[in-house]
Amino acid sequence: MTRHIDIRKNTYLDSVSLMSMSTKANGIEGVTQAFIAMATPMNKEVLANLSITDPAIDDARPSDLMIVIDTDEDQLARAVGEVDDILARKSAGNAAADIRYNTLGQAFDEVPDANLVLISVNGAFAAREARKALAADRHVMIFSDNVSIEDELELKTMAHEKGLLLMGPDCGTAIINGTGLAFANAVRRGSLGIVGASGTGSQEIAVRIHELGGGISQLIGTGGRDLSTSIGGIMTIDAIRALDADPQTSVIVVVSKPPADEVASAVLAAAGATTKPVVVAFLGSERTESGYANVTLASGTHAAAVAAVRAAGIDGAGVSESVDTALVQRVRSALAPEQKYVRGLFCGGTLCDEAMFLALETFDDVYSNIQKDPARHLTASMPSVAHTYLDMGDDDFTDGRPHPMIAPEVRLDRLIAEARDPEVGVIALDFIVGFGSHENPVGVTVPAIAKAKAIAAERGQHLEILAYVLGTDLDTPAVAEQVALLEEAGVTVASSSTNLGLLAREFVAKDDTL
Amino acid sequence: MTINNLFGSDLRPVNLGLDMFADDLAAQGARPVRMDWAPPGGGDPDVIDALSRLERPEIAEKIDAANAVALERILAAQPFLEGFGQALDTVPGMTPTTILHAGPPIEFSRMSGPMKGAVTGALVFEKLASNLDEAFELAASGEITFSPCHEHQSVGSMAGVTSASMWVHKVTNRAFGNTAYTNLSEQLSKILRFGANDQSVVDRLNWMRDVLGPVLAGAMELNTDGLDLRLMLSQALHMGDEAHNRNVAGTTLLFQALAPYILESDFTTKEKREVFDFIKSSDYFSGPTWMVTAKAALDAANGIENSTVVTTMARNGVDFGIRVSGTGGQWFTGPAQEVIGPMFAGYTRDDGGLDMGDSAITETFGIGGFAMAAAPAIVALVGGTVEEAMGYSRSMNTITTGNNPNITIPALDFMGVPTGIDVRKVMETGLLPLINTAIAHKEPGIGMIGAGITHPPVEAFQQALRALADRLA
Repeated sequence: MTRHIDIRKNTYLDSVSLMSMSTKANGIEGVTQAFIAMATPMNKEVLANLSITDPAIDDARPSDLMIVIDTDEDQLARAVGEVDDILARKSAGNAAADIRYNTLGQAFDEVPDANLVLISVNGAFAAREARKALAADRHVMIFSDNVSIEDELELKTMAHEKGLLLMGPDCGTAIINGTGLAFANAVRRGSLGIVGASGTGSQEIAVRIHELGGGISQLIGTGGRDLSTSIGGIMTIDAIRALDADPQTSVIVVVSKPPADEVASAVLAAAGATTKPVVVAFLGSERTESGYANVTLASGTHAAAVAAVRAAGIDGAGVSESVDTALVQRVRSALAPEQKYVRGLFCGGTLCDEAMFLALETFDDVYSNIQKDPARHLTASMPSVAHTYLDMGDDDFTDGRPHPMIAPEVRLDRLIAEARDPEVGVIALDFIVGFGSHENPVGVTVPAIAKAKAIAAERGQHLEILAYVLGTDLDTPAVAEQVALLEEAGVTVASSSTNLGLLAREFVAKDDTL
Repeated sequence: MTINNLFGSDLRPVNLGLDMFADDLAAQGARPVRMDWAPPGGGDPDVIDALSRLERPEIAEKIDAANAVALERILAAQPFLEGFGQALDTVPGMTPTTILHAGPPIEFSRMSGPMKGAVTGALVFEKLASNLDEAFELAASGEITFSPCHEHQSVGSMAGVTSASMWVHKVTNRAFGNTAYTNLSEQLSKILRFGANDQSVVDRLNWMRDVLGPVLAGAMELNTDGLDLRLMLSQALHMGDEAHNRNVAGTTLLFQALAPYILESDFTTKEKREVFDFIKSSDYFSGPTWMVTAKAALDAANGIENSTVVTTMARNGVDFGIRVSGTGGQWFTGPAQEVIGPMFAGYTRDDGGLDMGDSAITETFGIGGFAMAAAPAIVALVGGTVEEAMGYSRSMNTITTGNNPNITIPALDFMGVPTGIDVRKVMETGLLPLINTAIAHKEPGIGMIGAGITHPPVEAFQQALRALADRLA
């Protein structure tokens, strides 16, 4: 233990500041006790009572500053340095104050031109804030989930009556006036307007349109329940009408899981009543005829994007949905006869949906946590069975943890577990980049991919890892960078969500048909 | 603005929630409006329900109108110092065996260490007990009446212990005719109100009873006009006080006003000299004066039907209590909080007693922590920079009904101090009133060991809000 005593002549600091400095100095690691005080008779007495005496202290005058530091010998220099820093009043940067508001009311008062509120607070509080925003005539996007269907209906009815957008709840993506909200990809602006009840489905179509040379006028998310019978498509229909009235939009795309029949009919009627070509993708729906001359039905995201750009007069020719047969043959011959199954581990709900529907066209034994058939339904705690496609962004999997689009590492354990199953031929993975998403989803997954392949190799099998990266050349990281990392890791990279689903299915199909 | 109007405008998004979305919006050049949001009502579903009921337009309108009246009464108050008197002769309901204390009601056994110290010291001072041990027994015997200062038109700093022979300020709100009281400063450190109670403390109380009180009372008898305390307070803020923890300007102004009358009085030069020396011994001398000024103003705003304006915030070292205009005398309480701030050399956080005293009446009125921006000299109390102090004062606008044009902060372009804490706004934002205050040692008999900032417990506001909702909606 060493005592450092420093008397600084004619150095005045006010008592309140000194108390604060003493408190900080006592918090320095390695400091047993520290006093910083003016050498007044009272302060000298305090030191004497604590048996801190020194001739220098006796000689000090009330105008002198006393610094006493008790510390370990080897910590002395550092501790003295830190106390000097405190005395020098080095404050932690005085960057221009970041103005924040406590309530929406305040924000609207102070920033009257604020015109849309993106809500991502806990779902228990989201409806209340959304109501306030609508009441103040602001458009709303609710990213939060766990908002009741009653609240959703009330909010959407209110928004409809006021002519406002109420995107969500559980709306993951939107692009308004060229600005991506929440999870969105950087795409060029253009004349194609998207209305999406499914987040990653909308992202996928926007990305495909961008890749095909088109651009996005608006992408309006509606939340997954908008086309339920309870909500009846209120926001989807309002959005279709708004895009119809929008001079920047020439073609409208609607994407959703298959809605209830009467809601599907209402949406198609609204689409049919517009003056513009409309492409409707009810993913997995068996409906083939829209009944309206201007409305085309598309079965998948890729087909929807191609139909839309063509309707907009952009040459989408040469873009084919069909798979690379040589690739399929190569993978088939590399797999052992017992490697019959696909295991898909997805971040994007719609990507999982699309791949699963494509698998169901060929196979019966397709299991999933989003399977409607209760006999083929899995929960997060259950092991995979036959062909298994898991939406790992589903509540059952996240259970309070971040969504895999933000934290793709939540899939890694499952990836290794699937690799240990000798009946698995293909593991399919999606990677989503762009605003909101993880900054390097492939990077955090590559080591597990190598390990998975090694596990299969140990038992003499080739394990096919098939991946798709949802993103554009304008995203950060750019999609090409992520693809390069995957190819380096020996991963086969699909060209679209649809392509991923088709390849996965075909790789394990044992007949020779394609 | 319709959807198509939005398409034709610049998008100006408000980001309520995950900050990473705002960062992405900023990266796209969208200038997001950022929020510092907390779940309303501390996240309690009952409280949120109460808040929603009070937000119904017809109810909200009634409340807003009542709060406007409450604010107007606070702003229009004209507290004048009329004189000084002994508590027994002056304070309503006072008896020789009554001990008034700070904060909401509390029985002796539950009192904090410093408050027990002050109570027992006062019993010795009043000669109701001959020593501290006897005083403890007496205090616990049931023969002493304990009552909150606030229920006797009074306030008391720290322990707030006021006994029959102590001298008190008499302040009348000339705009509304109500009167309020508070005892005299013992100046700082080892004193009764911080729980100290040895002979030196009792000796000082004896001198205050025999010399200080009579001299001040004599002086004010010569001043028939009274002293306009609001005017003086307003000047003190312009001179760098916030009138809770910094009172150097206010004490100088008060002394300047009292001195000629003290000189003119019939007391001996020795006595006058003692009084002057006592006043000089601590800048805190006028601290109680600003408390009673605030009390006189706020009492006039109490009992307005439908009002959600807070008229009392007070702590007894165990419980923190608030009272609201629309619910009159009812206390809403929660646990008193720790006070965080610099400590005197030799003491640590573990030594500190919990938040105590009626001095939060200053914040209730809009000074103290609410006027932090007026007192840059003591920003170290809030651990930070002058800029942060400015932010503290501005942030209180979020939870108040209006600003006091009579008491302003020069550094904020003469913004009036934020006034009229609205229970609804506190619950809506989760932003609690900021209180500047002193720290007493947690054990009886020691005294002041530091100063810092604290907040009321959220529970007190939750209770108040539920009671208001049950009453009004």
